[in-house]
Amino acid sequence: MRDVESIFEEMRNAIPAGPVRIKEAVDKGKKIVGCYCAYTPYEVIRAAGAIPVTLCSTSDKPIAAGEEHLPRNLCPLIKSSYGFALTDTCPYFHFCSVVVGETTCDGKKKMYELLNRLRPTHVMQLPQTYADPASLALWKTEIERLARRLESELDVTVAESDLKREIAKRNEERRVLGDFYALSTLNPAPLSGLELNIVNEFFKVSFGDEKSLELIRELTSRLRENYKEGERRVAPKKRVIVTGCPTGKSLEKVFNAIEENGGTIVAFENCGGIKPNYELVDETLPPYDALAAKYLGIPCSCMSPNNKRLDLLEKLVADYYADGVVDVILQACHTYNVETFLVRERVKVPYIAVETDYYQGDAEQLATRMGAFIEMMN
Amino acid sequence: MYTIGADIGSVAVKVVLLEDGEWRDGIIVPTGWNPKDSGSEAISAILNQNDLTRAHIARVVSTGYGRNSIECDERITEITCHAKGAKIIFERGGVRFVLDIGGQDSKAISLDEKWNVSDFLMNDKCAAGTGRFLQNMAVMLECELKDFSALPNDIEPHAISSMCTVFAESEIVGLLAQGVDKQALMLGILDSVASRAEGMLRRVGFNSGRSARGVAFTGGASRSINLAELLERRLGVPLLTSEMSQYAGALGAAEIAFREVLSRTRGAG
Repeated sequence: MRDVESIFEEMRNAIPAGPVRIKEAVDKGKKIVGCYCAYTPYEVIRAAGAIPVTLCSTSDKPIAAGEEHLPRNLCPLIKSSYGFALTDTCPYFHFCSVVVGETTCDGKKKMYELLNRLRPTHVMQLPQTYADPASLALWKTEIERLARRLESELDVTVAESDLKREIAKRNEERRVLGDFYALSTLNPAPLSGLELNIVNEFFKVSFGDEKSLELIRELTSRLRENYKEGERRVAPKKRVIVTGCPTGKSLEKVFNAIEENGGTIVAFENCGGIKPNYELVDETLPPYDALAAKYLGIPCSCMSPNNKRLDLLEKLVADYYADGVVDVILQACHTYNVETFLVRERVKVPYIAVETDYYQGDAEQLATRMGAFIEMMN
Repeated sequence: MYTIGADIGSVAVKVVLLEDGEWRDGIIVPTGWNPKDSGSEAISAILNQNDLTRAHIARVVSTGYGRNSIECDERITEITCHAKGAKIIFERGGVRFVLDIGGQDSKAISLDEKWNVSDFLMNDKCAAGTGRFLQNMAVMLECELKDFSALPNDIEPHAISSMCTVFAESEIVGLLAQGVDKQALMLGILDSVASRAEGMLRRVGFNSGRSARGVAFTGGASRSINLAELLERRLGVPLLTSEMSQYAGALGAAEIAFREVLSRTRGAG
């Protein structure tokens, strides 16, 4: 059995190797479907025999190019996504035959209209409330419409049996991640937030591959065993939950500011972390109903009201023994930004919202804010 | 026993020397382009003028944006240090909020009963509402920063609608061309800083009930009497200012250093 360090090393190396594996899959005749968001039902894409991949959206490099068509005062994630596509610098975009987007926010849905000129873009009309039966019915129709679109684009048939198989498989992925995340409920934490982030990034390039999943399982059990035997890899520090907008490469500056100034990130509530994975798809229901219920239940700030996110955060604060919550807001993300008011009220531990973008110029200011925030807990 | 607090700000380095937790000396020098050198030189200077060497100092704590650039025993953010410094300077004021407007950023801090930071907000991504904004405007109006403290208080500020330094400059060019009184404009500029500060204070929980116990106004901009008056008008409470307030961060750092040495000595004894 490999040790923890070599597993992390293998994961770190796998992240930049993702594009090569996708190219090899394409060479073998596989179809790639580009995705941006946690609302995209991967199960449907996989049932259509294609590989869903997360498209590039977290670097500041293509933002200037994106701004040639998009307004400057727009969320960096949207500008980055579009800039990558426009400059053809995202290998995943390069290899994908279809893009699937959702009407999560104003900026994205309008950007997809432009993106459609670069690559066929299927936009799912996402209702913005999770409890209402009419919304659920619409979302189910939208998932079925995605299946039909993929059938025609990829010249395949999406059978119910395929869907059921992929639902079971994706659920297992969520369980594996859930077990891994649960490690950090241990106090002191058995791993750092930067390491948590590596696993999240690694999971994105696992492409449904059983070997990758096994590596996460192995890491989880290794870390758990070592911890039981008394190993403490991380010094006890203030325990922080990160929430808010989607995270990624350019936001590692925030994680560094937390972890270099007296904190340890014990959980990422964000959509690259716990948010889309803490609930499973009900395998006893008809597949489209089950998928609709699960995906519409994701507590993104585009939902109104979004009480599930507040409930989830409250539970995470208790489960992970959090000393504080850091809400990361991307500039011009109105929904998450407005929601900070409610989150602050609900979490009952020290809370800070930081508004930032993908440029690295505010690293020092972030260090001061995170430092002061953590000093506040002493 | 001596301790030093060094606040390396974007405009000025402030160093405070405490002897057994009591004020001994303080100096302020311009930061210039090199926070490392100006920070170290300021510490040497305060040691020299008190006939001390580094070996006499039990502990040095640095703070401010340049806190990582000098050698010291501990680095603590200016938020925590300002809270501690304000506690000393305004001991009798019953202060629950600290408003600090410095050269590069401004911040509003709310304190709990024990003077610990309970919440804070920083404006640090843009010059609006900071000393830098005033500096730029002073250049525009061909006056000096100190002139922003010597304005008559019987004329109405001329409202400046642009918060952004760049846009405010062009707005002022336009207003000057229209023949608007220069002093009314200067007051308008100060009032735009005051309005930003008011918003920050309200966001960290300032309201007239709790605020009756006072807001301490610190940082370089607190030397402007006019700005303090405009803020008081907006907040509806008197502000606590002090000649010493520019030292708040350094004093807080020196105090934290003193407390730490004390607790270690007690621990060892």
